[in-house]
Amino acid sequence: MLRYVIHRLGQAVIVLILVSIIMFGLLHAMPGGLVRSQLGSRATKAAVMQLTRLEGLTKPLPVQYGVWLWNALHGYLGFSYRQNTTVGRVLIDYFPRTLILGGGSFLLTVILAVPLGLLQGARANRSLDYGITGGLVTLYSVPTFVKGAVLILLFSIGLGILPGTAQTYGKSFGSDVTELILPILTLTLGSIAYFSRYIRSSVIDNLGEDYVRTARAKGVGRGRLLFRHVLRNALLPFISVVGISLPTIISGTLIIEFLFDYPGLGLVYWNAQQVRTFPIMLGIVLLLSVFVVIGNLFADLAYAALDPRIRYG
Amino acid sequence: MADEGRERRGDVADLAPEGLGAAGSGRLASLGAGGEPQHVAEHGRWSKWREDMSVFASNRLALVSLVLLILVILFCFVGPLLYRSNQTTSTLLNANAAPSAQFPLGTDPEGFDILGRLMFGGQSTIEVAFAVAVISTGFGALFGAVSGYVGGAVDSILMRVVDTMLAIPFLFLAVLIATLLSPTLLIVTVAISAVSWQSTARIVRSETLSLRTRDYVHAATGFGSWHLRLVGRHILPNTIGSIVVNATLKVATAILLYAAVSFLGLGPPPPATSWGAMATIGVQHLYNNTWWELWPAAAAIGITVISVTLIGDGLYGVMARRVITDKQK
Repeated sequence: MLRYVIHRLGQAVIVLILVSIIMFGLLHAMPGGLVRSQLGSRATKAAVMQLTRLEGLTKPLPVQYGVWLWNALHGYLGFSYRQNTTVGRVLIDYFPRTLILGGGSFLLTVILAVPLGLLQGARANRSLDYGITGGLVTLYSVPTFVKGAVLILLFSIGLGILPGTAQTYGKSFGSDVTELILPILTLTLGSIAYFSRYIRSSVIDNLGEDYVRTARAKGVGRGRLLFRHVLRNALLPFISVVGISLPTIISGTLIIEFLFDYPGLGLVYWNAQQVRTFPIMLGIVLLLSVFVVIGNLFADLAYAALDPRIRYG
Repeated sequence: MADEGRERRGDVADLAPEGLGAAGSGRLASLGAGGEPQHVAEHGRWSKWREDMSVFASNRLALVSLVLLILVILFCFVGPLLYRSNQTTSTLLNANAAPSAQFPLGTDPEGFDILGRLMFGGQSTIEVAFAVAVISTGFGALFGAVSGYVGGAVDSILMRVVDTMLAIPFLFLAVLIATLLSPTLLIVTVAISAVSWQSTARIVRSETLSLRTRDYVHAATGFGSWHLRLVGRHILPNTIGSIVVNATLKVATAILLYAAVSFLGLGPPPPATSWGAMATIGVQHLYNNTWWELWPAAAAIGITVISVTLIGDGLYGVMARRVITDKQK
């Protein structure tokens, strides 16, 4: 296990270094350069030179990368002159909200997808399976923002029971909960198809295994067989799927937050994009990427801890 | 042994960005690894093709989807010849008109006829989707083949590059690329391709790893075959099955990604449009009850993505069948 942990940890470190190099590269690829993109095209020559000196841009690139990485490791990702605050401050303020949205949707997805996938797997290639698959494929094939619009039409405009926007998020706990329902539901409808599809094929694979035949032979009932034997085995590879689905869920929050005006990192990202505040954009992408890498790492380690076949090959 | 763990993870990971239909493509990779290389004599090629066709046709859903997709493409590219509408200048006097004899599907807030716009926007959507599939599949296949063929440290580094590109949330990355460069159709295509090639690279790499050790590859090496020829002539052609299935599903994800990018306002600016941009207008005017601005575009996206996904499903069946018959020989 220790060898596997070290090996996997080494991979994660390499990926993190590559992420940091890409982010550093993009920082320097910004139109007009690092200084002009912050000060604008009408800044005086003196101001440009001052900031160039201040940001250490006169040093060689590898040194700049070293300094940037050192600062990033200490949580300093640059300063946004437009917002007059550090990038780190913005991340700390808005990341928890995105976590609530993504985490809530993730929980709901698992709660809905596992029983659905199990049902589909147990009734594979029958009309019920086809019906559920058809519905899920349709949900998957419609853009996220259209699904959100349908939910707003139904629950907000039609029935008038839920708010169609999360603009006032953060006012009170009660309104926060109701404002989160539609965004979380929209995000969930997109990812549920993929999750349940995975459980379904995993269940079908497991039903063909020898241990199922043995269990049947010794007289285990159908329900007990499915829930005690098959489900537990089918859920194992699911752990790594959870890690892999992180970028999809996070990308989904960008659309959802924009659609519902939910003030999380995605909305901040979009607003920064509109006025080209690159330090904030890069800071957000860097944070989310690191989050994905660490999430993947934990998922893989958990998988290896639970399934010895992984760590011993 | 630790490598085995990575392999397993890789197989599962191949499915990730492709969503639904690809649930099989990872398994196809492992199936393909067991099959024999497809060196078919010239006279056998047609019979094999006919066999593939009949397997595909036996999947009724895939067949109907193929017909549907062809109809959609005809609608977009031939339709404008039969149904003429002004798609270059806006007529604000006709803005937000409900469906009528003059405008079968109504008009949008700028007075563009929506039926005509559906064809016009469909052209850019289909062009981007197919271009993304070709570009990202080509690049990913080459990347994966080189990685698997060279092996060793190069393989490790190239695969970490793939991991890195998968770790950066794709929509955020696509937005960043589209922002750094100007939003033209080409840049949007490049941005979506940049976040779509990774799964192909992984699938092709894992197949190359097993193909590399085959006898016929050793034989070709013995005959003095160049590395480039080995990869291009003997290895890549044998991964074509999984590549095709993967590329088909990429068309579907590219349409959805293009819609997402358009929703965020990063598509090409008007009068150019896409189904995603049209549906975005519909969502923006959700509270105005102008349903004809949302549903036609949303339905066009849904129908196209569903048919492409089901075609991919049918192609997967063909490829899986091929592997099984090859094994029996």
